Amino acid sequence: MNWLTAALGSSVGKKLMMALTGLAFIGFLAAHLAGNLLMIAGREAFNGYAERLQSLGPILQLFRAGLIGFALVHILTGLYLFLQNRKARPVRYEKDTSAGGRTISSRTMPYTGLLILAFVVFHLFHFTWTDKGARTIFDLVAAAFNQPWAVLLYAAAMIVVALHVRHGFWSAFQSVGASHPKTMPAVMALSWTAGGLVAFGFGLLPFFMLIRY
Amino acid sequence: MNKTINLTLKIWRQKDRSDKGRFETTPARDISTDMSFLEMLDVVNERLTLEGREPIAFEHDCREGICGSCGTMVNGRAHGPLKGTSLCQLHMRHFKDGDTLTIEPWRARAFPVIKDLVVDRSAYDRIIQAGGYVSVNTGSAPEANTLPVPPELAEKAMDAAACIGCGACVAACPNASAMLFVSAKISQLALLPQGRPEADRRALAMVRAMDACGFGNCSNHRECENACPKEISIANIARLNREFLHAGFISHET
Ligand code: HEM
Ligand code: SF4
Ligand code: FES
Repeated sequence: MNWLTAALGSSVGKKLMMALTGLAFIGFLAAHLAGNLLMIAGREAFNGYAERLQSLGPILQLFRAGLIGFALVHILTGLYLFLQNRKARPVRYEKDTSAGGRTISSRTMPYTGLLILAFVVFHLFHFTWTDKGARTIFDLVAAAFNQPWAVLLYAAAMIVVALHVRHGFWSAFQSVGASHPKTMPAVMALSWTAGGLVAFGFGLLPFFMLIRY
Repeated sequence: MNKTINLTLKIWRQKDRSDKGRFETTPARDISTDMSFLEMLDVVNERLTLEGREPIAFEHDCREGICGSCGTMVNGRAHGPLKGTSLCQLHMRHFKDGDTLTIEPWRARAFPVIKDLVVDRSAYDRIIQAGGYVSVNTGSAPEANTLPVPPELAEKAMDAAACIGCGACVAACPNASAMLFVSAKISQLALLPQGRPEADRRALAMVRAMDACGFGNCSNHRECENACPKEISIANIARLNREFLHAGFISHET
């Protein structure tokens, strides 16, 4: 299996791991968003969805384990790449002007990544690893988003995720070699759409809950 | 009409590899706007020499944009502000009277500064030595059309082969990654039938050599293709990734 570690350990291999795990997270975000939007349909719809999800039992646990494994790969590889990239230019430029490539999204990937990590830990403590008591998950979320600070925090976090996804999505296509001048405009458009869906889909839900409940 | 301008150069001076180096401010007076950037440096160097001072060391050879010797950062842009133009082809009419120009060498761990604006780019040679060639006896020219090549592929291969190995892509990349250069060198061969037999071995060897030189990794910022004097496209980087992933995971090469 030497060839496998050699291929994965190379610069291109590390980016392949970033791309595959990142795309998996985007898939997770899509499913998560679709589920969360059921909150607009009301208490019964959302709680029903949550129950069915829990009833998956071992399958759900398998998905969780997979996500945690992917997260470890994505985070550790991302940090390693970040440090290696910094080391590759020991002396910084006195003047550093963009030639027109880099964007806010692309330049902040390691930082938005770390902020996402912090947010995810907080989010899990907030809604998953918490004593729900007699309350349903819907009531828990509704109560949480009755507090304006929580609404603002979640909205801000979603802007951070959107920035990461906006660059990450098309970047992943390029990293796996799937991008091509013919498809690039479409992939770029999808990248913006994915970022926009994250920002507006996830980002507006807390406001909806604050106003509605 | 011969217009002249006066500039202030804030320029990197460094005696040798071990010197720490510093910026020096020096005027560039009565520069004809018809001059190239390198001719402007020649004028400054003549004055420095007459004043008994050390002239500014910079690399150059063809001065017509084809050899890849020249190149410095000018106000934070590799080869200066003009797209698709090497420093020797950049004319002074693109600057205004009174401008201050910050001139720095390429900055990358894999490209250590030798003197002033000259960097050691032998890392590129090591990458080429690892696989940037075709191992066949060339012999005499073969019969035309014995190896048919579709014109679109010939065009793409020619576009990739336009890379002059200047190093601007590394200099402009926020990560000092050499992916655009390596992708051009891999593509120019991978696209042609003569390059296919060794494509897998070449992709593995060249990427490994690139990693060993201490370049950064590609984050797909796209600064490289915007800075490249030959406007090499990042479509080549996608091809490099395909070639490498095929070689590393599917081919029999190890
Ligand atoms: C919802 C969570 C996340 C999603 C959807 C996501 C998605 C992605 C995607 C698709 C990429 C592009 C991969 C490529 O360029 O080939 C990426 C890159 C990256 N991610 Fe994440 N990511 C997430 C969380 C994180 C976290 C928690 C970190 C923590 C450090 C992180 C750090 C990075 C870094 C540094 C890169 C850039 C790697 C490079 O180009 O050098 N990400 N991410
Ligand atoms: S790809 Fe462009 S910028 Fe990079 S070395 Fe070749 S010609 Fe120079
Ligand atoms: S001196 Fe040859 S490319 Fe500029």
